[in-house]
Amino acid sequence: MSCMRRFCHETQSHDSLHSCMCRRSVALLLLKMSEERDPAALSGSAQTEGEEDLFVSAMESPEAARLSAEDISPSSNGPRDDDPDDPDDLFAEATEEVSLDSPERQPILSDGPSPAITPVTISPRVDVFDRSPDLDEDEEENRDTFDIQISVSDPEKVGDGMNAYMVYKVMTKTSLSIFSRDEVCVKRRFSDFLGLHSKLASKYMHMGYIVPPAPEKSIVGMTKVKVGKEDLSSVEFVEKRRSALERYLLRTVKHPALLKDPDVLQFLESSELPRAVSTQALSGAGILRMVNKAADAVNKMTIKMNESDAWFEEKQQQFENLDVQLRKLHASVESLVCHRKELSVNTASFAKSAAMLGNSEDHTALSRALSQLAEVEEKIDQLHQDQSYADFYLISELLGDYVRLITAVKGVFDQRMKAWAKWQDAQVMLQRKREAEAKLQYASKPDKLQQATDEIREWEGKVQQGERDFEQISKNIRREVGRFEKDRVKDFRVVIIKYLESLVHTQQQLIKYWEAFLPEAKAIA
Amino acid sequence: KIYEPEVHSDRRKWRMRSVSVDLNNDASLVIDIPDALCERDKVKFTVHTKTTLSSFQKPEFSVPRQHEDFIWLHDTIVETEEYAGFIIPPAPPKPDFEGPREKMHKLGEGESSMTKEEYAKMKQELEAEYLAVFKKTVQVHEVFLQRLSSHPMFRKDRNFQIFLEYDQDLSVRRKNAKEMFGGFFKNMVKSADEVLISGVKEVDEFFEQEKNFLLDYSIKIKDATAKAEKMTRSHKNVADDYNHISGALNNTAADNNTAFKNMCVLQKVEDRMASDQELKLTELLRYYTRDIQAAKDLLYRRARALADYENSNKALDKARLKGKDVAQAEENQKQCLQKFDKLSESGKKELTSFKARRVVAFRKNLIEMTELEIKHAKNSVSLLQGSIEILKSN
Repeated sequence: MSCMRRFCHETQSHDSLHSCMCRRSVALLLLKMSEERDPAALSGSAQTEGEEDLFVSAMESPEAARLSAEDISPSSNGPRDDDPDDPDDLFAEATEEVSLDSPERQPILSDGPSPAITPVTISPRVDVFDRSPDLDEDEEENRDTFDIQISVSDPEKVGDGMNAYMVYKVMTKTSLSIFSRDEVCVKRRFSDFLGLHSKLASKYMHMGYIVPPAPEKSIVGMTKVKVGKEDLSSVEFVEKRRSALERYLLRTVKHPALLKDPDVLQFLESSELPRAVSTQALSGAGILRMVNKAADAVNKMTIKMNESDAWFEEKQQQFENLDVQLRKLHASVESLVCHRKELSVNTASFAKSAAMLGNSEDHTALSRALSQLAEVEEKIDQLHQDQSYADFYLISELLGDYVRLITAVKGVFDQRMKAWAKWQDAQVMLQRKREAEAKLQYASKPDKLQQATDEIREWEGKVQQGERDFEQISKNIRREVGRFEKDRVKDFRVVIIKYLESLVHTQQQLIKYWEAFLPEAKAIA
Repeated sequence: KIYEPEVHSDRRKWRMRSVSVDLNNDASLVIDIPDALCERDKVKFTVHTKTTLSSFQKPEFSVPRQHEDFIWLHDTIVETEEYAGFIIPPAPPKPDFEGPREKMHKLGEGESSMTKEEYAKMKQELEAEYLAVFKKTVQVHEVFLQRLSSHPMFRKDRNFQIFLEYDQDLSVRRKNAKEMFGGFFKNMVKSADEVLISGVKEVDEFFEQEKNFLLDYSIKIKDATAKAEKMTRSHKNVADDYNHISGALNNTAADNNTAFKNMCVLQKVEDRMASDQELKLTELLRYYTRDIQAAKDLLYRRARALADYENSNKALDKARLKGKDVAQAEENQKQCLQKFDKLSESGKKELTSFKARRVVAFRKNLIEMTELEIKHAKNSVSLLQGSIEILKSN
């Protein structure tokens, strides 16, 4: 018996800045899950240690689901108790739905534009919290057999004028079973990537998952490309973007939960993708995003969290420091890239001048040596240029990526704060309801009393849920941060090694050139 | 030469000692600058002389001299009529501490906002730059004196002797000289030479060739010098950036520390590469730009002498026509011819030896520069490979 419940959770927060939002989500009723499903696949709340706990949580969840089902605002759809078996239920309404790990492996996709509005609160989605059974212990094994290669290539301009856009070929090669084929090639444009990120962020960020940020928009860069300037700077811009998109995808699939996400799979595999218009800055969705960002910023200032866990305080401070240092480092590297480019230009200019001097020189041997010097300097200028590309693509872009990643990490800590706040709010509400009930005890209004008692039960449930959510997100964050730090160290080490190797190559070439020149210099007689 | 900086408590005082190993070719008069003191951006050079010549009062002695004293010496030699047929060694340029001064300023301003390591690093950069400017200015002042001492005529010059020996301050003499000549002649030479030289009808094949060569070469070498300066400056900027990066890396990557510390050393190597390139290549070009100018000055003086001779011929013809002052005009003509011949003769010798000297200098410097670049690059490679080893093994 499969029950799909759709319900709306509306928050009524005392904070007037929390906008009233409606979010429809689908939750698999766990009754079915506990009956038919392999308990291991459930994983329950991820704190579970043994299998008994799985069953315990499976028993708890239906309660929670049912409780939440009752918390419905009159304006939304009620729970569809009438047709619980209808799998089409899911798609009957154009809702923004959450993808699930359904046992039948029917990926439930977010059709249409992804929720432009990031929900302020978390609706009880126990199942979504409880998915990804492979994490924790199995995670290491999975990473060892992590076999997926993604490349973004062949940028092509489509269309003309201001409506033109670039299309990139995304090729995925993998042996993982979740993919339908070993090798897939699709065409995607920049807004598709932004759309993907937007969906992933809305699904996972509030759970404490660090969702890799998408590459940044650039109005100036794109306008040049649209207008059709074939100059060096627009070629460089397209290459920079292509590389950034590739790194973005690789980071995204490195995350074990995101790799399995149906939106990600669809992005990589399906030949047609609905256009993500909500990513445009000036769309209605875009504006709402900006409003939310502002709201979030204010909330951050007003929430004063009692941090009981020193680990979080420490980590947050660490990330603050890392942020500052990375930005500084990034700035220094950008300066290096710039200066090296200058060096290349000046070396080329000197080479020309030395050649002219050689021509003018009337002593034959010296004249020849000067011409040779000019040739060497020309080769060196090319070396400098190549090195500056390495500087940029290896180091500078990596640093830029990490500066943005750290922003995502900080965002996840903020989500935890929000979860905490929600839990606290629920506790406050519960207290009020209890007080209200106590008052009603003395008045003789039995129906109101019943309602009050019901409400107390409801809010007790919310408090419990809030606490569970908070603990869950805390746990997720610990895991995510651990993974992030490991990845960071590895990433940096790999890139630094590559960079140092490029420097070695440059120096070895220099040696070659100068050693070839030395006999020429000695031959001056 | 090895320069060891002694930094006093007032960090604007720098003293350099040089351990000199160099190229005075004649033991009868050996000059070097073993020591230089920089106080508030005024440089005091210690000029040290060792001589077997009887014209000097002592066999060995040292005097302190300022840059302006060198300029005085150069100018008096230029003004000396007897030396018109020689290439006068170009005056050393004024010591330019603008770069380090700027850095010092930045250091002072930013001290409060920097970490201790950053401050130490910047101070290091500053010291290195002071050292580089020092090396250059001492070298160029020394070479000027050595050119004079190795020239058969200049070494006997009275003013040169005074410069080397006089243990009092030369500033009084300097003022007198300025009043006498006022630098007028120098300015004239600079502006008129191109016109006059190109205008001269040259009979002598040698001088015709030299003229064409020098005019073209001086333009090309000036350009090459400017481009070399830009290139070297860019190179220094890159080295500076490595400095900042290694500093920042030290802060972020506690886990990969050793490899990143090597970036620090890498910066030093880059910096050395840049300054060696500057000393050997850029300085060489700078020097010869000035020397070419000195050669052109010689051509100019000869061209003027030729013009004088032609004028004297015309005057003689006129006198003969008029029948007046013929003897005087004849005498004048004879003298002008003599002067012109003398200039041509010595000029030829000078220009020939100039070319030889130039070729030797270029050869020496190009070889040294190339060997140093190779050495530094090999150094870099081993450093980098060491770092890569460490990182890979972690």
